[in-house]
Amino acid sequence: MRHALPGLVVGTLFGAGLALSGMTNPARVLGFLDIGGRWDPTLAFVLAAALVPSALAYLLVRRMERPVMAEEFCIPQNRTVEARLLAGGALFGIGWGLVGLCPGPALAGLAFGVWQSWAFVAAMVAGMWLQRLYADLRDHRPVHFTG
Amino acid sequence: MLTSATILSALLGGLLIGSAAGLLLLLSGRIAGVSGMAAAALRIADKGPPWSQAAAFTIGLPIGAAVVLAIVGRPEVTITSSVPLLVAGGLLVGFGTRLGNGCTSGHGVCGLARLSPRSLAATAAFMGAGIATVFVARHILGAG
Repeated sequence: MRHALPGLVVGTLFGAGLALSGMTNPARVLGFLDIGGRWDPTLAFVLAAALVPSALAYLLVRRMERPVMAEEFCIPQNRTVEARLLAGGALFGIGWGLVGLCPGPALAGLAFGVWQSWAFVAAMVAGMWLQRLYADLRDHRPVHFTG
Repeated sequence: MLTSATILSALLGGLLIGSAAGLLLLLSGRIAGVSGMAAAALRIADKGPPWSQAAAFTIGLPIGAAVVLAIVGRPEVTITSSVPLLVAGGLLVGFGTRLGNGCTSGHGVCGLARLSPRSLAATAAFMGAGIATVFVARHILGAG
């Protein structure tokens, strides 16, 4: 409950924010990425507004010993920019540009009953699993199955 | 079209998204990255948040959208992609976000807010690739 409750509250707020912001509409996201056409700056407003409370929380955290409902902060400390990170970002960006959906809006958008969202999410989960399979085979680990 | 109502809901939605991310950090000490949460919820990831938190967060996303649907009304959703494009896009987004350890939320909203050089580089990579993809699709191949 200590983990699930904040997860549910935050996920719900996050999903509501995505739906309210217009980011669950792929046409709008593609409009933002289309700098050569009729550029739609909406996503920039969303990101700018989101960064304010998010950054404030990081400033607050510096004065805190531990989180309110957990033992310790788990904030990534790695600062190395490696090829894997850039390759992953680029592959994600191509997929994002093809459809106009990234993971948050795709999952939140399942609420709207558009079948295309379900097809996209199914493929996205398959892609996540394939990456895991690829990493397991590359590192000679036993192949991991979901569940 | 960009109207003042669109900008207002974009700003309000953005504030909600950022507040949600900030709240998870303060309460649980974790990054609200959707791809990481979804992977942990599906037990695809080894590291990351406790399963119960990841699952609750992931289920919360469509619940939150449903709340907006009930209170504000149905937001416009236009998906014109064909099935092969939806599948290719989904596979690339799933594979890429796991390879690059994050997506628009984890690297974009959370990473940029704490000035992480990795997140800055990842955000530049996916924004750049997204812009290039749309440019090729719309202005070179003439689709959409």
